[in-house]
Amino acid sequence: MSTAAEETALNALCGALGDEWVTESSEADRVGARRPKWVVHADGTERASAALRIAAEHGMSVVPRGGGSKLDRGESPERVDLLLDLSAADEVVEHAAGDLVVRAEAGAPLREVQRTVAAAGQQLSVEDPHPAATLGGVIATRSAGPCRHLHGGVRDLIIGITVVCADGTVASSGGKVVKNVAGYDLGKLFTGSYGTLGVVTEAIFRLHPLAEERRWVAVTLPDPRAAAEAARLLRISRAMPTAVELDRPAGRAPITVCAELEGRSGVTRERAAELASSLGEELGQTCEVSGTAPEWWGRLPGEPGTGTGIRMASRPADLAELLEGAGRVEDETGVELQLRGAAGLGVLDGWVPDGSPDESVAALVEGVRARAAALDGYTTVSRAPENVKRLVDVWGPVPSGALALMRRTKDQFDPERRLAPGRFVGGL
Amino acid sequence: MESTEPAPPTREGASADLDGCVELLGKLLPEESLITDRQRVRTYECDGLASYRTVPAAVVLPENAEQVRSAVAACSEHGVPFVARGSGTGLSAGALPRSDGVLIVTSKMRRILELDIANERAVVEPGVVNLDVTKAAAPHGYYFAPDPSSQQVCSVGGNVAENSGGAHCLKYGFTTNHVLAAQVVTADGELVELGGAAHDAPGYDLLGSFIGSEGTLGVVTSITVRLLRSPESVRTLLAGFPSTDEAGAAVSAMIAAGVTPAAVEMMDALSITAAEQAVRCGYPEGAGAVLVVELDGPRPEVERTFTEVWQHCDEHGAFEIRTAADETERALIWKGRKSAFAAVGRISRDYIVQDGVIPRTALPEVLRRIAELSAESGVRVANVFHAGDGNLHPLVLFDGSEPGAAERAEEVSGAILELCVEQGGSITGEHGVGADKVRYMGRMFTAEDLDVMQCVRCAFDPAGLCNPGKVFPTPRLCGEAPGRRRGVHPLTEAGLAEQF
Ligand SMILES: Cc1cc2nc3c(=O)[nH]c(=O)nc-3n(C[C@H](O)[C@H](O)[C@H](O)COP(=O)(O)OP(=O)(O)OC[C@H]3O[C@@H](n4cnc5c(N)ncnc54)[C@H](O)[C@@H]3O)c2cc1C
Repeated sequence: MSTAAEETALNALCGALGDEWVTESSEADRVGARRPKWVVHADGTERASAALRIAAEHGMSVVPRGGGSKLDRGESPERVDLLLDLSAADEVVEHAAGDLVVRAEAGAPLREVQRTVAAAGQQLSVEDPHPAATLGGVIATRSAGPCRHLHGGVRDLIIGITVVCADGTVASSGGKVVKNVAGYDLGKLFTGSYGTLGVVTEAIFRLHPLAEERRWVAVTLPDPRAAAEAARLLRISRAMPTAVELDRPAGRAPITVCAELEGRSGVTRERAAELASSLGEELGQTCEVSGTAPEWWGRLPGEPGTGTGIRMASRPADLAELLEGAGRVEDETGVELQLRGAAGLGVLDGWVPDGSPDESVAALVEGVRARAAALDGYTTVSRAPENVKRLVDVWGPVPSGALALMRRTKDQFDPERRLAPGRFVGGL
Repeated sequence: MESTEPAPPTREGASADLDGCVELLGKLLPEESLITDRQRVRTYECDGLASYRTVPAAVVLPENAEQVRSAVAACSEHGVPFVARGSGTGLSAGALPRSDGVLIVTSKMRRILELDIANERAVVEPGVVNLDVTKAAAPHGYYFAPDPSSQQVCSVGGNVAENSGGAHCLKYGFTTNHVLAAQVVTADGELVELGGAAHDAPGYDLLGSFIGSEGTLGVVTSITVRLLRSPESVRTLLAGFPSTDEAGAAVSAMIAAGVTPAAVEMMDALSITAAEQAVRCGYPEGAGAVLVVELDGPRPEVERTFTEVWQHCDEHGAFEIRTAADETERALIWKGRKSAFAAVGRISRDYIVQDGVIPRTALPEVLRRIAELSAESGVRVANVFHAGDGNLHPLVLFDGSEPGAAERAEEVSGAILELCVEQGGSITGEHGVGADKVRYMGRMFTAEDLDVMQCVRCAFDPAGLCNPGKVFPTPRLCGEAPGRRRGVHPLTEAGLAEQF
């Protein structure tokens, strides 16, 4: 953009939104390697729509931001003129406790939503390791925590969504009833779309009752095969665990496999004791029951905001191969991972501290990716220093047929490629 | 009776070459897989909603994904619209054929391709009957959770298209929550894999968009479904209440106490009478409403919450509560509920099965309004519904031989849908929009909503050949940006499409 064009665009933004809603950007506003020109704040759908309309008229590219906890996710966008900050759109609009439904604006922090619904003994069964995460960000990046195992992901819980399209058009799909098959489901489409299809401004979720009692059953095993077997036994157990997680600390330490049980008070503790004893018998190991979660529960491995984080996944029954494959790549590259994640689903997060040579970290990513791919799985880079990102494809390959359809979808929603261009898979 | 309404046009209607297409299909498919004989194609003129009928120009019965692909490619090459059909049990005329198009029927694709118990999943062809998945998995202690009442006949492909659910979807969700991957043929004749072997693969969730799209985004040729571990314990209870108000209050109390039943079904006095006449289910005499509540899961949890449910029913005025001691008694409790739709045939010559959704808490208000509508119009309405999630199935009774009765029933049925929308609900909870409810879509969604949804349609099917005329009242021209269209749609202007 020329200086004159920039000035015109800025004037148009201020004119449409009000001066106080438009600010210069700072270093803290970076989206990966790109620093936007301006930050536009929106306190709801209407102002977000006005901002996108002006952006369209002036050919400006836009990246939405909620709590800002995951702006470094994905590839750095090709360009960012506006950072559209939704943190002022933070209202929990409606909690219909009797209907087990909550409706909130995209900028509402997840923990605020949880606080509101917990007052009626309910929970939104979505977790995010970052305390600042907002609903919009949770949807756009498809956050998941341990209870994804039983309750499904964001896509399974979102029942309604309002989005603003690239040209400012506002559209909704779904609604505030859980059972509803009228029209296409945009909520699922926007889940995990990283702001490349439109800006989420409001969402409606189904809720679950909070458990009266929770117990954790854990066992620690040195061998990946044995750990995978423990995960399998927990996964197929009729005790219906809410989550089955594993943790392998730095230094290729023994692996802890842990399942969470939830339910009525008194009864859950009984079930946990039963599960621990039957699991212990099968494995020939002692299993611990605890009334508190392990300290690593629900957190990503490693130091937040540093190092390189990856996610690797396979079919659940290939967990042993996934773990062993990672071990072999560690041997080959001399880089060690901390591993943690959804053992019951076959989805693990790995982390490497800063300090290893960039090339070795990149080789680790490629190595793990090749091994996951051989299991029909995938590997993505969740976060990494720019130097590492330059050496690897953050998303990895997506099958060509599906990618072609994704590209056509992007072309329909954002024909001018102004929404986080290049941030997502295949350069979308 | 053939549908008198003109079929909505496809976007490239003018260039269609039906004869060329059928000729090509003849070359591509085995002889027995193509039917053009007028008498034989007539068999497929309607689905479960028989008030809509159209005889298709040709029917193909592919035996595998490759034959589906080549059939779709032939249609695409000749600009001919096509409609997929599974078992034809749909209740919204979603599988209503086109007189100028090809109907692709999956009844020869009934193989379970893989039973992968280690990964708790199965890969099935689209024509596989829903219940057959559970039958195959049961010996291993697993089942396929979506359980539409039609599960003995409906196909998994149809379930995917309609995002079907059943009584147990209150706890376990709908088809969309139980499909991990699908192979689909898009309108240009490409085979594409959506979803994948591992959970949460990166990329747009096109699988999530496809499921529930009612056959308008392509034809699904194989489906990877999740299998669930069969529960350790199942408990079922039947409670008779003086009226639906008390029964509704009991449900509210359960939900407020944090119980998530596997199913909660309610029937009102009229539907109980019908079921009693039809199957002698022996429900509590004089009940104004009955609840069927089922709990499942780990035994100790189920036992505890079952006691609670019993108390909630008792405290809210249930005058009789029965619990099933074994599988036979459980089947007996469910018998009345399961036969309810058909049973209404005993007390009324004709009836409309409506499918609307309201926020569960609006139940007493909505039932009162339905009763008022019924009293004002003299049209009887029997209520059967999934009380846990507010999915109503009012059965609107009429006698088709009586002049004007069908129209009056249609009016009451429509007014009930209006009521659902007014309460912030939906015009369909499980039967889909199809051709039948296209005219109500504008009540629930704005023109912009529908336009933006159709961006997905344009990505999958730019020529609009795939099940055109269903779901959306007005087709969108794929070149234009959402919301940009102002004034009259070009197709409307050209007299080709009616704007509902
Ligand atoms: C007595 C009765 C009870 C019912 N109960 C329930 C219930 O409890 N819950 C519920 O949800 N529904 C219920 N239904 C409705 C119906 O059974 C479901 O919608 C079912 O999923 C339809 O399956 P089908 O194979 O019969 O599909 P069809 O009727 O053949 O087709 C339905 C739709 O799916 C599309 N389709 C079919 N196959 C494919 C494919 N391979 N690829 C793409 N699109 C395809 C068609 O184009 C059409 O739009 C009931 C119906 C009856 C008659």
